[in-house]
Amino acid sequence: MTRLIKSGAVVEDNWQLIPRDHQGELPRGRIIVPLSLWLDGKALASHSGEPLGIWIDVDEDVEQLGGHAREFALVAINFPTFMDGRGFSTARLLRERYGYQGEIRAIGNVIRDQLFYMQRCGFDAFELREGTDLEASLASLRDFDVTYQGATDQALPLYRRRNV
Amino acid sequence: MYLYDKYDQQLVNQRVAQFRNQTERYLAGEIADNEFLPLRLQNGLYIQRLAPMLRISVPYGLLSSRQLRKLGHIARTYDKGYAHFTTRQNIQLNWPQLEEVPDILAELAEVEMHGIQTSGNCIRNITSDEFAGIAVDEIEDPRPWCEIVRQWSTLHPEFAFLPRKFKIAISGSRGDRAATQVHDIGLHLVKDDAGETGFRVLVGGGLGRTPVIGSVISEFVPWRHLLSYLEAILRVYNRYGRRDNKYKARIKILVKAWTPEVFAAKVNEEWEFLKDGPATLTEEEVQRTRAFFTEPAYETLDDGAANTALDRQSADNIAFRRWLERNTVTHRVPGYSAVILSLKPVGIAPGDVTDRQFDAIADLADTYSFGEVRATHSQNIVLADVQKVRLFELWQTLKPLGFATPNIGTLTDLICCPGGDFCSLANAKSIPIAEALQRKFDNLDYLYDLGDLTLNISGCMNACGHHHVGNIGILGVDKKGEEFYQIQLGGSSDTDASLGNVLGPSFYQDQVPEVVEKILNVYVANRQPEESFLDTFRRIGLAPFKESIYDKAH
Repeated sequence: MTRLIKSGAVVEDNWQLIPRDHQGELPRGRIIVPLSLWLDGKALASHSGEPLGIWIDVDEDVEQLGGHAREFALVAINFPTFMDGRGFSTARLLRERYGYQGEIRAIGNVIRDQLFYMQRCGFDAFELREGTDLEASLASLRDFDVTYQGATDQALPLYRRRNV
Repeated sequence: MYLYDKYDQQLVNQRVAQFRNQTERYLAGEIADNEFLPLRLQNGLYIQRLAPMLRISVPYGLLSSRQLRKLGHIARTYDKGYAHFTTRQNIQLNWPQLEEVPDILAELAEVEMHGIQTSGNCIRNITSDEFAGIAVDEIEDPRPWCEIVRQWSTLHPEFAFLPRKFKIAISGSRGDRAATQVHDIGLHLVKDDAGETGFRVLVGGGLGRTPVIGSVISEFVPWRHLLSYLEAILRVYNRYGRRDNKYKARIKILVKAWTPEVFAAKVNEEWEFLKDGPATLTEEEVQRTRAFFTEPAYETLDDGAANTALDRQSADNIAFRRWLERNTVTHRVPGYSAVILSLKPVGIAPGDVTDRQFDAIADLADTYSFGEVRATHSQNIVLADVQKVRLFELWQTLKPLGFATPNIGTLTDLICCPGGDFCSLANAKSIPIAEALQRKFDNLDYLYDLGDLTLNISGCMNACGHHHVGNIGILGVDKKGEEFYQIQLGGSSDTDASLGNVLGPSFYQDQVPEVVEKILNVYVANRQPEESFLDTFRRIGLAPFKESIYDKAH
């Protein structure tokens, strides 16, 4: 079981991440397959009936997945390092360009102090680095009540809301 | 100037609270150094050679007297009684305590200031023309647009972890006083045939290790689409800028690798999705923002009478005349002048201001210039709206305060980074070079004879002192632990921007003043009547300078 933050609460779940170099049969249950595996069209048919997730690295073009994202219950975006901000654009494109409404999960090297921005870009689940106090981290989702620019969570910039 | 409403204030207050919490967790060992790094940088906090350094944002250089007094208070209370104006119109404190930084930020928030995005791999402070709103060659006041872009870029959730830092400058005039061609994005306010406001957009300019003049990627982006267009540029850069090598991570490298045409096409492709979306600017928002930058209450003055009085006052007072010639600037409103307070007296690090001087500048602003000043990218202060009839009185007031050195635009009005005395990135000291040059060239008649001349000093490749675009540029380099200085000639950050050419092998610190003297001698010997240093250099090239210096020195 993995402990993570999801929809503003600490939860446990049993999604299983399949590494890119996975060989052989896919395990049963809820799995998150790498983009490359899906692109190859391999071995996914046998998994029908089970919920399926897909994961994408920050350096992989989300265009390759595009609207097909909707076929997955979950899209995980992997951050090899928390300093690599490409994944923020990936999430926004999934939500705003490809209309993806399922779960977008930040995985890899993600830190608590990125939660607010990530949530604004459309992430709703966060696997924080080992040893993070998840309960305490929930507060970081609420760092700001004011946002100037539109994003996934609030499409309208402040100047279209200021006097409302 | 722009005044915060409840939203702006709440955002800054919550930023202070956020950073206070982050600092507490860091000090408690709950955040690792490498994780705290971007958090503190994006609040302006560096860990420097001797102490932390805090960079405070001065949006497009505007400061009120209230803010100046607060800065004086902060310099006095939390630092050693002085602060430093930077080449990006910001202010740096050199000796704050890490533990006290949240308190400093809270004090700043009380006067609508902060350190947000003054460092780190994000969109930095928006810079502009120090003569915005008063320049005679202005097409449109850039400040409302600066504020609109400032708000868009502040805490932008998608662009807080860019490949590298990102600097935007906006100019609203024909003459470029904001060095827009050496910014990641340079925006020029322009009008189309119908008189509609828009922006010429340059990308990929920059200094640092690989200096580049920016390329125009759009001749006209209508004002309504400014933010969606910027968003498209930033998204393309965020996704495709290099992240494998920090020296190749700026947008200029991407633009060069793709070519400006391909980059522009990629931006347009992205923009197609964003254009006409919610980020489209509204007439109401532009009007709301413009309302903060309306004309102050100018009086109707007799310009002719004021000029006659100035002629009389300066006729028998050469010191006042010199100051008037060098340190005042034509104002578009009759009877007014802009006054530049020189922060470059001999013996003071260029751009340094003491706590008392902050208070004094605040008083001057209140007395002479509607309570506001502007910080310039050449590290001086501008009182933008001074009545000509009060210039003589103002000059007398400035002298004892140390602001009346009549050297604006001359060799000794040099731009200089903090260098090896403070900065942990520096390869060499820069302040002692500045001082040695100011001491050597202290003859005003000689300086005036040389005329307009920019001399810029950087203590390392990062080029905070803009050495590439100085008519004379000096770069500190490290060779096997020893400090040397490389000299470049022919740079300019004006409308006709150009990058300097390296003169040749570098020099020891104590050789630099003598070498500069020889350079100046070559200029004086070769110039035609009324020809500036830069024009002479462009006409005769590097060779005569090279010959004069290396044939004799080696």
